[in-house]
Amino acid sequence: MAMNLGAIVKAMGVTMHNFFRKPVTIQFPKEIKEKPPRFHGRHVLNRYEDGMEKCIGCELCAGVCPAKCIYVRGADNPVDAPVAPGERYGYVYEINFLRCIFCALCVEACPTEAITMSNLFEFSFADRDEAIFGKDLLLVEPDGTPKHQGEWYDPESLKESGGWMRAVSPSGNAAYEGIASWSGEAGRGVPPAELGQNAETAGVAGVAPAVNNGGHDG
Amino acid sequence: MDFWGFLIKAISVIVVFFGLLIFTMLTVWGERKVASYMQTRIGPNQAGPGGVLITLADGIKLFFKESIVPLRADRIVYELAPILAMVPAFLAFAIIPFGPGFNIIGRFVPMQIANLNVGLLWFLAMSSIGVYSSMLAGWSSGSKYPLLGGVRASAQVISYEAAMSLAMVPVVILAGSMELQDIVNAQGTYWWFIVPLVIPFFFFFIAGLAETNRPPFDLVEAETELVGGFHTEYSGIRFALFYLAEYINVITISALATTFFLGGWQGPVFFGLPGLWGLIWFLLKTSILIFIFFWIRVTVPRIRYDKLMQFGWKVLIPINLVYTMVIAFLVALQVEGHLPNWFGGR
Repeated sequence: MAMNLGAIVKAMGVTMHNFFRKPVTIQFPKEIKEKPPRFHGRHVLNRYEDGMEKCIGCELCAGVCPAKCIYVRGADNPVDAPVAPGERYGYVYEINFLRCIFCALCVEACPTEAITMSNLFEFSFADRDEAIFGKDLLLVEPDGTPKHQGEWYDPESLKESGGWMRAVSPSGNAAYEGIASWSGEAGRGVPPAELGQNAETAGVAGVAPAVNNGGHDG
Repeated sequence: MDFWGFLIKAISVIVVFFGLLIFTMLTVWGERKVASYMQTRIGPNQAGPGGVLITLADGIKLFFKESIVPLRADRIVYELAPILAMVPAFLAFAIIPFGPGFNIIGRFVPMQIANLNVGLLWFLAMSSIGVYSSMLAGWSSGSKYPLLGGVRASAQVISYEAAMSLAMVPVVILAGSMELQDIVNAQGTYWWFIVPLVIPFFFFFIAGLAETNRPPFDLVEAETELVGGFHTEYSGIRFALFYLAEYINVITISALATTFFLGGWQGPVFFGLPGLWGLIWFLLKTSILIFIFFWIRVTVPRIRYDKLMQFGWKVLIPINLVYTMVIAFLVALQVEGHLPNWFGGR
C-alpha cells in the first residue's frame, strides 16, 4: 500500500506527545490573561486632572484614520463653563467599532493625547447602531475610569490602562519611550505647562520631568 | 428454564443493557476529552466533574429537538433506519463474555448474556444487518449526499467485513470453537492469541475501524465531501440513535478484539472473586483498545475511497488468506502430532 507506515507511526507519536502537554486553553471569564503593554484595545477619550476634556475638536484623528471610522464635530467652548481648555472642544465624537482596525494612528495624530487606546476589548453589539460609540461611552469619568457598555468581566483591567500612554512615545520623542509623561494613571493627565514652566515647578507629583512635553504648550 | 433462571437472565440483560449505555456515554465523553488533550485544548468541562455528563446533556438536547423529515423521504424506511442501526449494535454485544461467571444462591450466573455456539457468526450477522441502516438511511433520505454515503457504506462495509471475518478464522482454528467463552478459555492467563496471531489482530483492528466507519475510514460520513454522509438529513433523536450506534459498535469491536486476541477476561486474579477480576481485566483491555480508536482518529487523515478499497481487497484479504492457510497447516501438523503445541489453545 502506498501509505507510508513510518509516517503514521511518527504522527501517532506527535499526538501522544501532545496528549501529555498542558492545554493552551484559557478559560476566559474565569482566567484572565495579562494583557501586554501597548495593548491596542478600545479607545477612550481622556480628561485632565481637573476634569476638563482633553479633546479640542481638531479632527486630526478623523483625518488620519485609515478606516474612516471616526466622526468629530468641534464646537466653541462656552465662555462661562468651558468643557476643554482653549477655544474649542469636541462637541460630537463618534467611533464606529465595526470599522475600526485598532491601528492607533488616531492616538499618534492627537495633539493633546485626548484619544488613547485602552486595555478594554470586551465588545458586544446587538445591532449596528450600538457599535457606534459616542462621547457617552468613550469619555472617561471625571475620576479617570473608562466607561463600558454592559457587564464587565475584567474590572481590574480598567485600572491597568495607564499602559496606553506608553503605547506611543509622546509626540514622537523617543526619550519618552516607556515613561508616563502626562498621565499618571488611567484617563487622567495634567494640563499642559504654562510658558517657562515644567512639571517639577508646577509641583505635580508622579510625573516625569518635562523635557519636551509635546510642544502643545506654545 | 425455571423461574430463578429466568430472573437471573432478565436481570443480567437489564444490567448489561444499562451498563452498555453508561459505558457508551463515557466513551463519547472520553473521545472528546482524549481528542481535546491531543490537540492541547481542554474539551468539555462544564457539565459534571470534568464534563463527564456532556453526553447526557447532548442526549437530552437532541431528544427535545425537532426531528425534521425531508419532504422526499421514504417515510417508513427513513424511520426504520436508525432503529436498524441501534438494535443490531445492542444485539451484537449480547455474546461477549465479561468474566468467568460466579455462583450466587447455589446457581451459576454466567457473565455473558448468551453463550451461543455460533457466537462469532452471530456477531458477523449483526454487523451485516447494521450496514442496512446506513444503506437504507442514505437511500430513503431522498437527497444526494446521503445516497452517496449509503452507496459507499454498502461497498466499504461489505468488503471490510470479508477481511474482518478472515482475520477471525485463525482464532477459530486455534480455539477449535466459535463459542466466545470457549475462545477465551482456550487462551491461557498470559498466553493470548495475540502472540501467534499478531498480524490478524492488526488486520482485525483495521477492518474494525472500517467496519465502524471510524476515521481514517469514515468515507461513509465524510464531512468534507458528503456533509454528514448517510445521516445528513437526520436530526434530533434519530440522529442521536445513529451516533449512539456508532459508539456502541466501537465498543463491540474493541470488546471482540479483546475476546479474540487479548485473552478476554483472562488475567491474574490477586484476591477475592475471579468474576470481578475478570470484569476488571476485560474492561481494562477494552478501554485500551477504545483509546487506540480515539488515538487513530485524532492522528490519521481520511484516506481516498479507491485506496480504501484497494487496501481492503489487495492487502488485507490476501495476506489474511495466506496467514490463515499457514496457521491451518501448522495446526494440522500439530494435531497429527508432528509439532509441539506452540500456540496454546485446544
